[in-house]
Amino acid sequence: MYVATKGGERAIGAAHAWLAEERRGDPATPALTVAQIREQMTLAVARVMAEGALYDPDLAALALKQARGDAVEAAFLIRAYRTTLPRLGASLALDTAAMACDRRISAIFKDLPGGQTLGPTFDYTHRLLDFALAAEDAPPPPAAPEAPPASSPAPRAAAILDREGVLQPEPEGADTPPDLTRAPLELPADRALRLQALARGDEGFLLALAYSSQRGYGRNHPFVGELRVGAAAVEVEIPELGFAVAIGEVALTECETINQFAGSTTEPAQFTRGYGLVLGCNERKAISMALVDRALRARELGEADADAPAQDEEFVLSHCDNVQASGFLEHIKLPHHVDFQAELELVRRLRAEATAAQAAASSEAAG
Amino acid sequence: MTVSTAEMAQARVRADAEARAPLLEVAGLTRRYGARIGCADIGFDLWPGEVLGVVGESGSGKSTLLACLAGHLAPDAGRVLWRDRDGRARDVLAIPEPERRLLARTDWAFVRQNPRDGLRMGVSAGGNIGERLMAGGARHYGRIRGAAADWLARVEIDAGRIDDTPRAFSGGMQQRLQIARNLVSGPRLVLMDEPTGGLDVSVQARLLDLLRGLVREMGLSAIVVTHDLAVARLLAHRLMVMKDGRVVETGLTDQVLDDPQHAYTQLLVSSALRL
Amino acid sequence: MTPDDADYTFAYLDEATKRMIRRAVLKAVAIPGYQTPFASREMPMPYGWGTGGVQLTAACLTPDDVLKVIDQGADDTTNAVSIRAFFAKVAGVATTESTREATIIQTRHRIPETPLTEDQIMVFQVPIPEPLRFLEPRETETRRMHALADYGLMQVRLYEDVARHGAVTLAYAYPVRVAGRYVMDPSPIPRFDNPKLDRSPALMLFGAGREQRIYALPPWTRVESLDFEDHPFEASKPDRPCALCGAEDSYLDEVIVDDAGGRMFVCSDTDHCANRRAAGAQASAP
Repeated sequence: MYVATKGGERAIGAAHAWLAEERRGDPATPALTVAQIREQMTLAVARVMAEGALYDPDLAALALKQARGDAVEAAFLIRAYRTTLPRLGASLALDTAAMACDRRISAIFKDLPGGQTLGPTFDYTHRLLDFALAAEDAPPPPAAPEAPPASSPAPRAAAILDREGVLQPEPEGADTPPDLTRAPLELPADRALRLQALARGDEGFLLALAYSSQRGYGRNHPFVGELRVGAAAVEVEIPELGFAVAIGEVALTECETINQFAGSTTEPAQFTRGYGLVLGCNERKAISMALVDRALRARELGEADADAPAQDEEFVLSHCDNVQASGFLEHIKLPHHVDFQAELELVRRLRAEATAAQAAASSEAAG
Repeated sequence: MTVSTAEMAQARVRADAEARAPLLEVAGLTRRYGARIGCADIGFDLWPGEVLGVVGESGSGKSTLLACLAGHLAPDAGRVLWRDRDGRARDVLAIPEPERRLLARTDWAFVRQNPRDGLRMGVSAGGNIGERLMAGGARHYGRIRGAAADWLARVEIDAGRIDDTPRAFSGGMQQRLQIARNLVSGPRLVLMDEPTGGLDVSVQARLLDLLRGLVREMGLSAIVVTHDLAVARLLAHRLMVMKDGRVVETGLTDQVLDDPQHAYTQLLVSSALRL
Repeated sequence: MTPDDADYTFAYLDEATKRMIRRAVLKAVAIPGYQTPFASREMPMPYGWGTGGVQLTAACLTPDDVLKVIDQGADDTTNAVSIRAFFAKVAGVATTESTREATIIQTRHRIPETPLTEDQIMVFQVPIPEPLRFLEPRETETRRMHALADYGLMQVRLYEDVARHGAVTLAYAYPVRVAGRYVMDPSPIPRFDNPKLDRSPALMLFGAGREQRIYALPPWTRVESLDFEDHPFEASKPDRPCALCGAEDSYLDEVIVDDAGGRMFVCSDTDHCANRRAAGAQASAP
């Protein structure tokens, strides 16, 4: 006699206990500390902060530990936590031109005020596995040589072009930008809203879209006008004081691209730009975001045939969030036997009808 | 379907009312693209049962005019009055969007040059024809299918193709299907944009013949935009010649083509004859 | 660093968020079948796993409510267990498996067999709220189609089914027309359940978290399944009784019982089946 399965609750409890065991791994190996993840898996932490849309390296490290290193799962943990936090206020717009750069390069000028700073980059490393790192208790690497601190902040490369008028100026945005986390996404979206969505969007998705635009699916000829990685002060206006106070700083990666020019015989030619800004150190994401931002401006800038995937606002914005995407993708694991039963019953009925019709036809032919 | 004598009488009364007033009155219609003129100061009346040909070379503004009339483009100035089924004159440019869409799937028809733009390529021929009926509220599958089969026959497509998608059709068949899809709702105004463009000459001839028959049989009122004077001569009662966005000559078709007055029309006619 | 449970407000969502959701619910009730956008929040379960329903339930719950959660008709499926445990923890409300005792019923893919009452709210989890989505992928265009009640394309889809298969081949998520106006996706319930939507005494709320939409059927709203006059809608189910309680009129799950392809059909609504058996009903011997 069949008895309907009970015990979903027990199964869930047991599964979660097993998961905890798997997360810990072999107990003979020392457990990872959150501090170790925060200090030594910094780029993973940065990705979780960016896609989780919350700047907190400790929580991001904890989320990574809990998620067994799965960045998308960790970003989801951060998002679910973030949404419960009260909103105390909004900061002033970050002044990224004044940020303390660890790295700052421009691909469009050989040199520029503030200089080119290579910084801690994988660029020009030869990708050879360093077996020395496999050794436990290796001594810390020798200190890197230090340059004298920059005497003045590095102005943005775009500002230099701005002065000459060869770069299209951007219109001022609304005083209060839209907030993707407080209002439903409605299309068409303005640029501020698009950038918000891209900033928390999935790195892999943006990378693929940006790459597709480079390969001709909505080509827009980007130059990296400037890429900078560093820390910017966060300032908040305190009503009681009447002036702004710095409440801390955040690590950021900013990329501004200079793109193909528009113009005609009557309108002087000007370069256009794309913009990417990401929490933490993540150049790949920042550059991708700038390319996709620029691609999404195709219609606004009057480019013909703006029908490549990277140029399709509704397509990009509806699918760039990996917390939404992975949730919906994975929900097909849930039981669907009621739907399936309904389809199965329908298919059986259609088959029976078709078979009956065939039989009737052949008996008619025979008769 | 049977038609009662009362309905026939009503239809006659309506036809009489229509005959005394133009179906469409267009005045001062202007559309610019920035500094460039799309079409300027266009005015004409279209009477019930009349076919107006609009001829001119590409860039003359005839497609812009048609798009403005159909509501696909908003004109910068001008007025378009439409006589509805109750005999009232309606300002087409002021009709609210829902009503305009309703008109577009009932009383008006728009036949595009490329049938791919006017058909649902993933939907069967029957579904393509039935769409306007269903959008208008038809809910009897058998009758919808019957109408689709009837219209396939009228545009000379084998009834056995009713469940095939237009992807499997030749260019000429696709265009005939598009015509059936548009005419099934018994529209009172048909706009056609180069209906024979892009077809082989022999296919064109057959399509023109079919269109001419349908126009006569159904008493269609139509505006046909074409660069092909042969199409205009066969279909249109009256012609409007356009150049650089303006009308340069109007008149009865034979009159305009046999005795063109404007220098541009003369050029157009003589270059066509040289072919 | 981990927040204590006490750090969360009643039913998890903060009061401002609940008010925002209630406003959307009021609008949805005022325009039956219309998809009202709302600022859906991230929830501690994945999108696609009932976040829309969970937010609706959280916004509707009061401490006196009795909550029932079902998935595929059953109270004991894992996702139902998980959501019920969530609310028991963050709201401390009483939970039940009994349809009659419940004041709020959150469901995925089914409507209970037991008739609902005016004192109950049904909350549906909705994956894709847009009935026109697979005909027209663009939200900007489908919203215009709804605004203009431009539904010819939906009927064309049904026509194509009948032309090809002799019947409409939508087995679940079968589209309905609400109060003669909006075409609505009833969520992926089997079409067997569609008639239960029509003039239901209970308030029906539909929540799509990921897609940020809420829609509603106020009590006693007319709900018609789209069809043709000569191919009328049929609420179909396997033509056999439940192997446990013998019910002839309830929706059935097919269960494979052995390697030889042996199968049995049992009520999908576990509460309904248990009640019938408790009242002495049983399957007639085969």
